[in-house]
Amino acid sequence: MIRVQREDFDLGAEMAALTAGNHAIGGLAVFVGLVRDVVGEAALGAMTLEHYPGMTERMLQRIDAEANRRWPLEASLIVHRYGRLEPGEQIVLVAAASQHRQAAFDACHFLIDWLKTKAPFWKLEETEDGPKWVEARAGDDQAANRWRESGPGTRE
Amino acid sequence: MKLLYFAWLKTKIGTAEEELSPPPEVSTVAALLDWLAARSGGHAEALADRDALGVAVNLEYARPEDPVGPDDEIALFPPVTGG
Repeated sequence: MIRVQREDFDLGAEMAALTAGNHAIGGLAVFVGLVRDVVGEAALGAMTLEHYPGMTERMLQRIDAEANRRWPLEASLIVHRYGRLEPGEQIVLVAAASQHRQAAFDACHFLIDWLKTKAPFWKLEETEDGPKWVEARAGDDQAANRWRESGPGTRE
Repeated sequence: MKLLYFAWLKTKIGTAEEELSPPPEVSTVAALLDWLAARSGGHAEALADRDALGVAVNLEYARPEDPVGPDDEIALFPPVTGG
């Protein structure tokens, strides 16, 4: 399941809903991305996330489906926020539940790595130097490529 | 043809969206980018680094050789930075 929303999310409520009624789940792995208060040397006042409505949902659904194709998941979830966010706020939630921990950990890691390089979001950071669009990091591509080379199932 | 611009491309070009009618020989992504770059200084600057440019045709990532047509929605954007 995927959601793109402006509002914050309640991590506990999301996890309870994701696992409700499914007692085949033995492991639940979760990653939450938060807004940091420092960018390089500069203090961050806020960050605005822009996205491409329509394409975003399509890409997130595809990433979610790919995780479910590669690992035996009982449940999975991607929630990504957009709009203006302040330091400490939650940006993104990815979660994967499986019978055993390894699939849950790996699928969770895969979800965030692929999301970072494929979902059409852009971050605008506000610091005392003025607003600045975040540049993509080579490390994000490398993290995503890891799943292309050595993940269970290497087909993109 | 509907063009959408995101992040700093929007700032450089000066609009988030424009409806354009390129000539029929503009039939691929690469040809469209060449045609767009000639429209204004802002377009040229936004499209200067083609390697760093993301292109989507009808909500799907596209490559330079992919076709484009009058009814398509084309989005241009920098590398994505979500998550």
